[in-house]
Amino acid sequence: MRPMRLLGLKTFRHGVHPPESKDETSGLAIRQFPFAPLLIVPLVQHMGAPSIPVVEEGQEVQRGQRIARPDGFMSVSMHAPASGLVRRIALAPSISGRMVPAVYLEPFPGSTQEIEDGTPCPLEATPDEIIAAIQDAGVVGLGGAAFPTHVKLKIPEGKFVDTLIINGVECEPFLTTDHRVMLEESRDIFLGIRYLLKVTGAEKVIIAVEANKPDAAEQLRETFPSDVDGSVEVLQVKYPQGAEKMLFSALLGREVPSRGLPLDIHALCCNVATTAQIGQLLPRGRGIQERVITVTGPAVKRKGNYRIPIGTPLRFLLEHVGVADDVNRVFLGGPMMGAAAPSLEISITKGTSGVTAFTDTAAERTHSPVYPCIRCGYCVDACPIFLDPALLGKLAATEQFSTMADEHNLMDCFECGSCSFVCPSHIPLVQRFRASKAAVRKSKAGAA
Amino acid sequence: MANGGKTLEIRTSPHILSGYSVDTIMFNVVLALLPVTGFAVFAFGLAGLLTLSVALASCVLTEHLICRAAGKPSTIGDWSVTITGLLYGLTLPPSLPLWMVAAGGVICVALGKALFGGLGYNTFNPALVGRAVLQAAFPVAMTSWIPGFGVGRFSSLPLSTLTLPFTAPEYDAITSATPLALWKFSREATATSDLAMGFISGSAGETSSVLILLGGLYLIARNMMNWRIPASIFAAVLVFSGALHLVDPTRYASPVFMLFSGGLMLGAMFMATDMVGSPMTSRGCYLYGALIAVVTIVIRTWGGLPEGVMYAILLGNAVTPHLDRWTRPTVYGAKGKEAAT
Repeated sequence: MRPMRLLGLKTFRHGVHPPESKDETSGLAIRQFPFAPLLIVPLVQHMGAPSIPVVEEGQEVQRGQRIARPDGFMSVSMHAPASGLVRRIALAPSISGRMVPAVYLEPFPGSTQEIEDGTPCPLEATPDEIIAAIQDAGVVGLGGAAFPTHVKLKIPEGKFVDTLIINGVECEPFLTTDHRVMLEESRDIFLGIRYLLKVTGAEKVIIAVEANKPDAAEQLRETFPSDVDGSVEVLQVKYPQGAEKMLFSALLGREVPSRGLPLDIHALCCNVATTAQIGQLLPRGRGIQERVITVTGPAVKRKGNYRIPIGTPLRFLLEHVGVADDVNRVFLGGPMMGAAAPSLEISITKGTSGVTAFTDTAAERTHSPVYPCIRCGYCVDACPIFLDPALLGKLAATEQFSTMADEHNLMDCFECGSCSFVCPSHIPLVQRFRASKAAVRKSKAGAA
Repeated sequence: MANGGKTLEIRTSPHILSGYSVDTIMFNVVLALLPVTGFAVFAFGLAGLLTLSVALASCVLTEHLICRAAGKPSTIGDWSVTITGLLYGLTLPPSLPLWMVAAGGVICVALGKALFGGLGYNTFNPALVGRAVLQAAFPVAMTSWIPGFGVGRFSSLPLSTLTLPFTAPEYDAITSATPLALWKFSREATATSDLAMGFISGSAGETSSVLILLGGLYLIARNMMNWRIPASIFAAVLVFSGALHLVDPTRYASPVFMLFSGGLMLGAMFMATDMVGSPMTSRGCYLYGALIAVVTIVIRTWGGLPEGVMYAILLGNAVTPHLDRWTRPTVYGAKGKEAAT
C-alpha cells in the first residue's frame, strides 16, 4: 500500500480524531517525584516470565542495585528504585486484577539517593553484548506494551533490518511524556539510536513525531547528528498513528503480514522514551529505577510530567498531586487504550506512560444508552486495519467466535478502540472483540 | 483522601466516546429536512400541511403503539421514525386523500420497519415501502398532482383530500402534470430555474432542489451523511443521461433536467443515504449510487412510469448487503500472508 499524504503530512488510512487534551501538560517540564514511604516493585512489569529476586527480606539495598534477575530470555532484570530496606517479598495487587510477586522496599528517609552504577556498556561493544546489557538494564517498551526490548532486537539468522523507526508519535490523548522526553532528552535519544543502529544493523533511522508537537520535531532536527543517516518525519495527527503497524504504513508504505513480525518487512520500531533510557542507562551500567509519567485528567489538581520511581503506589501518587473528591475512574495510560485501575493499591510499573483520572461528570458521556447498529459505517471508516467491526460486533453478540476468527480476521485486531470510540449506537465493539479473542485462544489451547 | 470511600469504576478501554449518538444524528437529519418541509407547506398550503401532518402522525403513532404492544419501551425518542414520517409525507402528492396517507404511514412503519425488527434491521427504506404500497394500490391517486402556489391554497383544500375511506377520490379540474410526465408523454421540457427553485407541480417535497441540497450539505458537513452516495448518483445521472441526450436530444431529456426533476434530488440526498439501507464501504457506496442512477434513468426513459427513483432506491437497498460483501477491503497485512508463511 502506498503511504497516504494529506496536507503534505504522511499518515495511514482510516483512524479517528479524539480530542487531544494535551495542552495542559505539554508545556510543563519534567519534575522529580518524591519517594513514597513504601515502594512496591512488582516482579512482573513486562510481557514474559517474572523476574527472580536476588535480594532477601531485611536486606539493605542501594538505589540502582539489581534486585531481581531475568528468568530466561523473555524476562528482564529489576533494580532498586531507592536506597532502603527490603521489608518483604510478597504478593501485591496489579493492574490486571491479579496478585503478583513484588519487592516491598522502604526508602531510607534523608538518604542522598545516589545511584549505584554498574559495568558500563560502551558503543564499541558487540551487538550481543549490547543486547545483554539492555536486558540487564531491565529495559522494556515504555510506550505501554512493556515488551522486553532486547527480545525484539535479537535479529534471527537470515533476517535483516533496513530501517529503524523511533516512535515519538504519542497519539494517545492526554499523554505528553514522549513529548517532554523529546524536548528535554534529545541527547540521550540520539545516543540510544546509535546503540540501536549498531544492534540491528539498520542503515537509517526515521524519528516519527505527530504534527501537534512541532517544538519536539524542531528540537530533534536541530540536534540530529550529522553522521547518522536518517530524518525526522512529522505525521498527521490521528489516532492510532502511534501503533507500529500504522507507522510502517505511513512511513514506509509496508504492511506487516498478518501474524507476522516487523522483521518480515525489514523494519523495527522502538518507542522514543525507551530509546532515551537506553542512551541514559547503558553508558553508566544502570538499570531502570524511574520513568517519566504524565499525571493528568479532569480530576487531577496539579497536572504534570513527573519522573516517578518504579513501584510508587497509585494512592501516594494521587495524594501527592491532589485529586477531586468525586474522582471515580483512574486509568494507567490514556483514555483510548489505558487500563482502569482496579484499586489505588497497585503501583507504577515500567509500562505506565500516564495516569489519568476522571470525575463523575466527565464519565457521564460513556453512560449513554446502547442502540441497535444502524450501519452508519463509522467503524468501518475508523478501523486502521480494515476490519468490518459492525459485522464482527454482530457475530460476537451471537458468540460465533470461530467464524469471526476464520472468516473475518478477528485475531488481527490490535484493540485500538477506534470502533467503540466512533460508534453512535455505543455498542462496546472492541470490548466484545477482546472477549472474543480470549475465547478463540482458549478454544485453540483446548484443541491443541 | 481522594475518592472519599467511593468505589472506582472498572471498565475496559476506550474510556471516551466521540459524542455522536444515534438520536443526535437522527435529530440532525430532521433539522436538515425542515427547510424543504416548510417550503412544501408554503407551496401547497393547507393540503401540504395536512398531508405532512397526517403522514408524520401516522408513522410516529404506529411505532409507538407497536412498541407498546411488544411490551418494550417506545423508540420514538430516537427520532428515526420522525424522519420516516417526514420523508414519506414529502414523497406524496399533496392532494392525496388523507385516509390513504394514514394507511400508507401505518404500512411504512409496520411493514417497512417493525416487521424486520425495528431500527437498524429494516432492509428497505420504510418511507419508500409505504409509498410503494400506495403506488401499487392507488396508481391514479398517486399520480394526480395539483400545481403549487395555487391562489386559495391556505384557505381551501383540494376536493380529493377529504375523500372518505374506500371511495374513489374526485379531482378538481386543476390537476396538472409533473415535469417528468410532461416530458415523457408530450416531450415538453421545463425551465431548469423553475425545477431548481420548485415552481412546478410534484410531490410535496420534491419540488425545491435548492433546499434539499442545502439540507444535505449541512449533514455532509457534520459527517452525518455519506457524501459518496449522492455524489455517485449525481455523477452517474449526468454521465448516463448526458450520453443518451447526445445521441438524440429530442428523445432523451437533458442531464440537467434529469438531475433536477422528480424525486431524484430528495431520493439521492435523503433516502438513498439512509444509513441502515446503504453500504458501509466507500466502494460499495459508489456502486450503490451508480446503480440507483442507472435504474432511475432506465425507468424514466424506457419504463411505463414517468418516475423511477423510488424503485431504484428500493433495489439499491436490496443489493446493499451484497455490495458490502463484494467491496470488503483487504485486511491490513493480508497480502503478505502467503509470502510470509
